Amino acid sequence: MSSQQLVKELRASWAFIERNFNFSKRYWKWELVFFVYTMANSVTMGFIGKGVEAFSGTKLDTSYLILYMLLGSILWGYLSILFEIVAETVAWERWEETIEYTFMAPVRRATHLLSTCGYAILYGILRSGMILLVVSIFFDLNLQKANLLSAAGILAVSSFSFVGLGIVAAVLPLISPEKGVQVVHIFQALLLMFSGVYYEVDVLPGWMQQVGKLSPATYALRGMRASVLEGRKMTEMWSSIWPLILLGALLLPSGLMFFGKMEKWAKRRGVLKRSG
Amino acid sequence: MADALFANNVVKYFKKSKKEITALKGVSLRIKEGEIYGLLGPNGSGKSTFIRIASTLLIPDRGSVSVFGHDVDREASTVQKLINRVSVEASFFRKLSAIENLSFSAGLYGISKKEAIEKIYYLSDRFGLERKRLKDPLEDFSRGMQQKVAIVRAFMTEPKMLLLDEPTTGLDPRAKRDVQSLIRDVKKNMSTTMLLTTHDMDEAEKLCDYVAIIHLGMIVAVGKPAELKNQITGKVENPTFEDVFLEYTGMTMEDAQYQEVETA
Repeated sequence: MSSQQLVKELRASWAFIERNFNFSKRYWKWELVFFVYTMANSVTMGFIGKGVEAFSGTKLDTSYLILYMLLGSILWGYLSILFEIVAETVAWERWEETIEYTFMAPVRRATHLLSTCGYAILYGILRSGMILLVVSIFFDLNLQKANLLSAAGILAVSSFSFVGLGIVAAVLPLISPEKGVQVVHIFQALLLMFSGVYYEVDVLPGWMQQVGKLSPATYALRGMRASVLEGRKMTEMWSSIWPLILLGALLLPSGLMFFGKMEKWAKRRGVLKRSG
Repeated sequence: MADALFANNVVKYFKKSKKEITALKGVSLRIKEGEIYGLLGPNGSGKSTFIRIASTLLIPDRGSVSVFGHDVDREASTVQKLINRVSVEASFFRKLSAIENLSFSAGLYGISKKEAIEKIYYLSDRFGLERKRLKDPLEDFSRGMQQKVAIVRAFMTEPKMLLLDEPTTGLDPRAKRDVQSLIRDVKKNMSTTMLLTTHDMDEAEKLCDYVAIIHLGMIVAVGKPAELKNQITGKVENPTFEDVFLEYTGMTMEDAQYQEVETA
């Protein structure tokens, strides 16, 4: 790629990121709704952690349980944002009726999709940070043991694999305008169930544990809890990190390639249009 | 003059509810650089399918389309740099302002922010868009105004070829006149080649250098508007362009428009 072409791709990349932030600005009422919903969900999970001692009748480390549940809720919130924004990028364009103009612009699909991922990461970090702030008002969080550097490392590695998963899922609304988004949401719900967001995957039946091993969220949650609750260093969490790296390395390039192939298919079938 | 667009025996079919519909049955067209070429036809005749193939949004099943010598399938990214489009629906992010929408489009074509703003103001002035309205959300604009923004969007990228897919359909008479005058203005002052689909026979006759009538996926007549009228002089006294359309498609333009509304 020539330097002139690179500059053009960077401008296009910024255009996608800026447009999405403009969306957040214009749809601020919906942003508020989603924020309150996610925040209430996280606080509820925190209180479930706090209440376990009362209904189990045994003395437990309540602080640990609260943080365990909150980490699940906040990290899942972050990963969901990443997944949803990337997976629904085509569906959004269809709803807004701009899909034809975006797809006929001279911009590489990788630039289009990776810029959307870039926005999703920035937006996800911003929103999850704000939720963490609000949640810390409700609970006395004990972060003395937490290794925040490791937590940030896990967040970075897991983002890589989750955007890959999002790009693979983005193919669904591309090839099926009517059912694609619904399938994306079913897939997301199954990820929640199999990945041990609010429990250890060990409690799942054997076959579900096997399925959970394919989800990057399983390793992200395990790594994040080990960093924050046990203060583990990155070097001590290799068993969580290598599957995340492997899944990211597989999903991201194969997702881009698969999307490209399916875009051609959509152009042949005539589904690359606003009304589907 | 070189060919701006060359379509060779283009066939396109779609599968809908296990039925196969052939939208284009061997369409061939040649548009010379700098021409305004009209593609006229009733609803379902295949004109929008053709425009979408030329826009790189559809791949033909047989035949080929090239824009300035570049194949729309194999060299899609090169073609995308040469074209832009104004369609019947303005297609903008409704909640975003005109300037936000236009800046986004400019970014996709690799135009810098500074250059984009200069172009937006220049073209807005030229096409009669008030600068102060550029900060308003597109949903607050009338259809005519939205269409003007769509024209600014298309010209901002300085396309060598502009695809105008029924740009005046559904506009009130004043907005329609404005858009037609913009097209005339572009023809006069820029070298942009234009492929125009329209329902307005008067518009086609006045604006187009060359016209093709497409019916049931086939080109049934090609020629200069005056030539096409001359061809039916023996059959109709003092023929209008509407008579030409009726002669080749078996339906009046009103019927064609009615069908369009019914299936929209």
